[in-house]
Amino acid sequence: MTSQREGSPFAGLSTIALKEAADHMNSIRIHLVMLLVLLTAIGSVYGAIGQIKATVSEDQFLFLRLFTTAQQPLPSFVSFLGFLVPLVAIALGFDAINGEYSRRTLSRILSQPIYRDALLTGKFLGGLLVIAICLLDLWLLVTGLGILVLGLPPSGEEIARGLAFLFASFVYSGVWLAVALAFSTIVKSPATSALCALTAWLLFTVFWPMLAPLIAGAVAPIDPLDPMTAVHQIDIQQALARISPNTLYGEATLALLNPATRSLGLLFTDQLSGAMMGAPLPFSLSVALIWPQLAGMIAALLVLFTIAYVSFQRQEIRA
Amino acid sequence: MSPVIEARGLVKRYGRLPAVDGIDLTVEKGEVFGLLGPNGSGKTTTILLLLGLTEPTAGSIRVLGLDPLRQPLQVKQRVGYLPDQIGFYDHLTALENLAYTARLAGLPSDEANKRIVGAMERVRLADVANRRVATFSRGMRQRLGLAEVLVKQAEIAILDEPTSGLDPQSTQELLELIRELASEGVTFVLSSHLLAMMQTICSRVALFRKGSIGLIGQVENLTSDVLGGSHMVEVEFENADLVKVLAGAPHVSGLTPLGTGRWRVDADADVRTDIARRIVGAGGALRSMTIRQATLDEVYVRFFEGENHDVAA
Ligand SMILES: Nc1ncnc2c1ncn2[C@@H]1O[C@H](COP(=O)(O)OP(=O)(O)OP(=O)(O)O)[C@@H](O)[C@H]1O
Ligand SMILES: [Mg+2]
Repeated sequence: MTSQREGSPFAGLSTIALKEAADHMNSIRIHLVMLLVLLTAIGSVYGAIGQIKATVSEDQFLFLRLFTTAQQPLPSFVSFLGFLVPLVAIALGFDAINGEYSRRTLSRILSQPIYRDALLTGKFLGGLLVIAICLLDLWLLVTGLGILVLGLPPSGEEIARGLAFLFASFVYSGVWLAVALAFSTIVKSPATSALCALTAWLLFTVFWPMLAPLIAGAVAPIDPLDPMTAVHQIDIQQALARISPNTLYGEATLALLNPATRSLGLLFTDQLSGAMMGAPLPFSLSVALIWPQLAGMIAALLVLFTIAYVSFQRQEIRA
Repeated sequence: MSPVIEARGLVKRYGRLPAVDGIDLTVEKGEVFGLLGPNGSGKTTTILLLLGLTEPTAGSIRVLGLDPLRQPLQVKQRVGYLPDQIGFYDHLTALENLAYTARLAGLPSDEANKRIVGAMERVRLADVANRRVATFSRGMRQRLGLAEVLVKQAEIAILDEPTSGLDPQSTQELLELIRELASEGVTFVLSSHLLAMMQTICSRVALFRKGSIGLIGQVENLTSDVLGGSHMVEVEFENADLVKVLAGAPHVSGLTPLGTGRWRVDADADVRTDIARRIVGAGGALRSMTIRQATLDEVYVRFFEGENHDVAA
């Protein structure tokens, strides 16, 4: 049916995306989440600065340490971001489609000369736009704070790695926005879809890291006589952990912000031969290292968006 | 005359239950066409099918010569729709809401602004145009929905229960508006349960029953089909046998006793003089005689007599 329809599926797309973005920017809901993110970001960077100053070292990538250094009890900026960015995305997307139903605006909007595709995609792009703006602002803020307090500008490579980190964060947010969007299409009530998305968030950011080793232990028990079974279990555990976008994002940021990272899996000594321990990897190799993680997140995003798309196309418009 | 809406053998099933079950419908340009019928009889479903907002299970539709399924954008460009339950973005003003749909409809912004201002005046919302819709009453929202249809300057306006929530004055204004636009060549498809209003405004109506059209045509023709005549005369008299007296009388199609010496005479013309002459001529004494034009209401009641109105399936 969709294959033979006439006219552009993108008619109205930019109008919808811009309206959605403007709505978000004016919404109290988003202001609150942003405030939360901002406060924790400043807190963690402040902690990191204190830590870095206390342990002045000859670090080639002092600037990147701003993002990764944790000072008890505060986690690092990246772990905060990994934890809170999904919340922002969920706040942006949990009622995208079912909210239109419950406000009874859907049939009015869809009786305008646009396809449903434009509405769904426009809402997604509008959310992405807001996320992009917020992440960029946050990144500039941290970088600015760093320059001010540490008193030295970041090197070219640090900026490149920082931008790559920004991009990875963007993709990660996109995954969670797609999660929220999918729930908003499948679940009829906005309150329920918010709960579903928040459950997924808690599952993946809090419980999954605990569950993955348990499941791996049950699936692949270690035979004390065969050391390879231990390796096998760790492999499985890692594969399981990588189901969570949080793990993928964590690995990507680790490799980008900590240039000494040489591998994201189990490391055998022969893989290290010829490599000086602790020597930083060039930027391009770090990117190559996280490529599977990035691709995995983008694939998850596309799958989730497709689920939302298919489910929305099949729905009756009667509201 | 060229039909602007043509539906043939239209069927829409939800699961196995048919909501629309084989409808044939033709609406001409400039007509005001009424969809009538009990709740759940398939009026809204038919409207959604015309707009391409839902897919038919079987049958074909042409709207302005276009297929709403394959060319939905062109159809929706030229057809305005007022849903039965209308909603707006509460956090935006009335003006912003209309500006948004006008942008979606592809209107350039200066043209859109001009039309929006005009439409808001037309529905008497000009002085609250900059208020958030959250503060609007039910009827104000309904009028804002009408303004949206006006802004589109559609060739066909499909209004699903447009008077729901409207006060009497707004209802009258809506009727005037419909008449005016119809005379300019805009085609209207209306659904409503206000039969008296539909009788005054519709050039033709279709009576839906359980997903199919039970009756279709001009109101006058329906009255004679269902009631046996468009005129009803109530007669009160003494000392005459009406059945004998009116045997062979022209235009008379039915006699119904209402009580002793009281009868209702169905006819397709004003037969009062003839009745009076015949009763007096037969030596009877005429007490009173009143004539009523048959209403759509009576057609409706008679047509659905003895049916369970709650169930459409
Ligand atoms: N999404 C749906 N799934 C299943 N059945 C539906 C759905 N929407 C409508 N129906 C059924 O289709 C039938 C026709 O409904 P429709 O809304 O067209 O009636 P209507 O004539 O507009 O009634 P009303 O006067 O109450 O507005 C009803 O029996 C209804 O239960
Ligand atoms: Mg209806």
